Amino acid sequence: MFDDLSSKLQSTFKSLSGQSKITELNIAEAVREIRRALLDADVNYEVAKEFTRKVKDQALESKVLTSVSPGQQFTKIVFDELTYILGEKSEEIRFAAVPPTVILIAGLQGSGKTTFAGKLAKLLKSKGRNPVLAAADVYRPAAIEQLKTLAGQINVPVYSIEEQNALRTAKEALQFARKNAHDVLIVDTAGRLHVDEHMMKEVSEIKKAISPNEILFVVDSMTGQDAVNTAREFDKTIDFDGVVLTKLDGDTRGGAALSIRNVVEKPIKFMSTGEKLDAISAFHPDRMAQRILGMGDVVSLVEKAQQEYDEDQAKKLEKKIKSDSFDLDDFYTQIQQIKKMGSLTELAGMIPGVSQKLKDVEISDDALKPIEAMISSMTLEERQNPNIINAGRKRRISRGSGTSVREVNDLLKQFQQMKKMMKTMTKMSRMGRAAEGLKSLYQPGRK
Amino acid sequence: MGFFEKLGFKKKQEKLEDGLEKSRDGLLGKLGKAIAGKDKVDDEVLDDLEEVLITSDVGVKTTLEIIKRIEERVARDKYLNTSELQKILREEIIALLKENDHDKPADFDAQFTHKPHVVMVVGVNGVGKTTTIGKLAWHYQGAGKNVLLGAADTFRAAAVNQLKIWSERANVPIVQQGQGADPAAVAFDTVSSAKAKGSDIVLVDTAGRLHNKVSLMNELTKIKRVMGKVVDGAPHEVILVLDASTGQNAMQQAKAFTQAVDITGLALTKLDGTAKGGIVIGISSELSVPVKYIGVGEQADDLQVFDRISFVNALFDKDK
Ligand SMILES: Nc1nc2c(ncn2[C@@H]2O[C@H](COP(=O)(O)OP(=O)(O)O)[C@@H](O)[C@H]2O)c(=O)[nH]1
Ligand SMILES: Nc1nc2c(ncn2[C@@H]2O[C@H](COP(=O)(O)OP(=O)(O)O)[C@@H](O)[C@H]2O)c(=O)[nH]1
Ligand SMILES: [Mg+2]
Ligand SMILES: [Mg+2]
Repeated sequence: MFDDLSSKLQSTFKSLSGQSKITELNIAEAVREIRRALLDADVNYEVAKEFTRKVKDQALESKVLTSVSPGQQFTKIVFDELTYILGEKSEEIRFAAVPPTVILIAGLQGSGKTTFAGKLAKLLKSKGRNPVLAAADVYRPAAIEQLKTLAGQINVPVYSIEEQNALRTAKEALQFARKNAHDVLIVDTAGRLHVDEHMMKEVSEIKKAISPNEILFVVDSMTGQDAVNTAREFDKTIDFDGVVLTKLDGDTRGGAALSIRNVVEKPIKFMSTGEKLDAISAFHPDRMAQRILGMGDVVSLVEKAQQEYDEDQAKKLEKKIKSDSFDLDDFYTQIQQIKKMGSLTELAGMIPGVSQKLKDVEISDDALKPIEAMISSMTLEERQNPNIINAGRKRRISRGSGTSVREVNDLLKQFQQMKKMMKTMTKMSRMGRAAEGLKSLYQPGRK
Repeated sequence: MGFFEKLGFKKKQEKLEDGLEKSRDGLLGKLGKAIAGKDKVDDEVLDDLEEVLITSDVGVKTTLEIIKRIEERVARDKYLNTSELQKILREEIIALLKENDHDKPADFDAQFTHKPHVVMVVGVNGVGKTTTIGKLAWHYQGAGKNVLLGAADTFRAAAVNQLKIWSERANVPIVQQGQGADPAAVAFDTVSSAKAKGSDIVLVDTAGRLHNKVSLMNELTKIKRVMGKVVDGAPHEVILVLDASTGQNAMQQAKAFTQAVDITGLALTKLDGTAKGGIVIGISSELSVPVKYIGVGEQADDLQVFDRISFVNALFDKDK
């Protein structure tokens, strides 16, 4: 595809430096780039058109480009506008004044409703609530059992009935919740197409019967141009309160988020980022904007790093690198730090630019295992001074770690390369450094 | 069951044909009128064409490719009349869609060269893998083939049971080892059992996985490999299931799955909605894999052998 939009814009504007005015003419190319970026990110055709028009007007209004970097200024306009449209930061569920709070989950087939219902139950339970789930998908084979299996993992009861009747299931579940003092009822429904009149009628009847406090529309973040049609139709029928974006652990740019925000005035409330029940988080418009523009999720990365990274250790490390005394023992500590920060793919994907560059480099969390094993099999002396590792020692290390001598050789070679690189890195920007470090770490050995 | 009948899924074929009718006076007609007798397509028409293709998820790259091809043909054969032009537009898009391989017939009563003929079904989460297998099983069984299903999605909650229900609907046997079992072992077991039983066709379900998860993709490679240990050349087909509502990410999916398990064909599901699945044009042409089947509903008979002409017509059918 293309490199991230900001660098594209940077080069587009290079020819502009010296000119101080934004004109229709000199931004035409930049506007085209933005439109292309949005379409590549699956933003709806009309929405992309409208968005670029707005951005263009704003740029023309701002008139004067700062002489330093018109590309950056333009990127900022795009980014700010996108963040603005994507909406408020993580809105919460609205709870009923008198429990139970009723939450209805709806969406297309396979979008992730049932999994999300489980996640939401888990989240609310961890906040001290006492939820019950209703299995109102009575059509998909084994759908009830799927919900029961998920609920079983978190000890949340599921209300279901023998009869194939979604409306009755939902109504009775509400009575069940009341009777058993559950303060939250989450109703999982069958997937349905927005053009399926019969099924759309069913969900609107369920809505009428149980008067939900919160209706959530679950959308697959990989959805393309059609997102506008489905969101519009579901909104017309059930007037939902919020959107849940799923499967964001993939590498989709997620332009559907922008499309949906454009056609329905409803906030995106949750993000689903995995198959396990704890993979749920609040929505952050700024991060989503970066993702759509291919800039990587910088904020999340920095946050994650700040959360997990030991400041002291970082300082020590920097000193060591500068004085060239970084050894395999430090390397081992580094690996542990990286592991604490989460999945490598996840981390790498958050770094701007890298998300594109690293596309072809597979980053496996398993890749670290043999490295850890090899270093663990070394003596402290060997770790501090890898030069003493001769053929005999290599054989011992490979036996001890269940690897081959070649792998030990590779590790030692990579380590030397990395050390060299780390020294030159001090000149680079902080983010760039992290990116290069990761790349050098995981590229070798996977050729 | 009564519920599904009410939905009128049977009308799908008609729907595609409807598309054919409408397209005559839709964009194709407009395009034809605007360029007949000229040697250049005017911008307005190109904009329209672009809009149709982009909103069908064809993607910018493939759209530009198609437009370039049309422009070239028009520059060359300027005397073209309206109907010839419509034909050309269709032809150029159809040309991008790879034809089905003869040794992997799509018709359910066709003879296979291998016995058992082993098919592995892969894709990201929730696209319709299990449902497609259920439908395929039903069709093959109806065509008199001995079918065997393998429940190698041992990960997703109740996935084995879902496939089991489909095996009952299609009235075909299933090999399973329950949730949490090693998927490669299930695949091995399934193919071994098919060989012993003399099954004609084996359909192996796998857990959905996002293509950027390296370890899960490696697992898939392994599942594929073990089948070849039992039957020469197995799996003979690897079908990637794509959801028609998926946008440009489908291209990444197709590339990653090709790398991991070398897909041989595509199944495009959920075409009963308003999404058109245009991304398969670029995928089919770039990766040289044919689209074999389309899914048009949730019932067993809601599966059709892919037809390039109907598909292209449906792209230009505004009402679909
Ligand atoms: N990777 C990933 N998979 C998900 C996510 N949410 C759901 N899934 C998977 O997507 C598939 C469909 O999910 P399900 O909850 O059954 O969807 P439903 O048909 O809408 O109820 C299952 O394989 C889930 O495990 C997510 O956020 N990330
Ligand atoms: N409307 C429609 N729904 C489908 C189609 N194919 C599958 N589905 C539905 O999509 C959801 C996910 O399907 P499933 O086979 O479980 O997906 P898997 O996770 O890839 O195995 C289920 O609710 C299916 O009924 C189709 O062609 N049309
Ligand atoms: Mg469900
Ligand atoms: Mg499945």
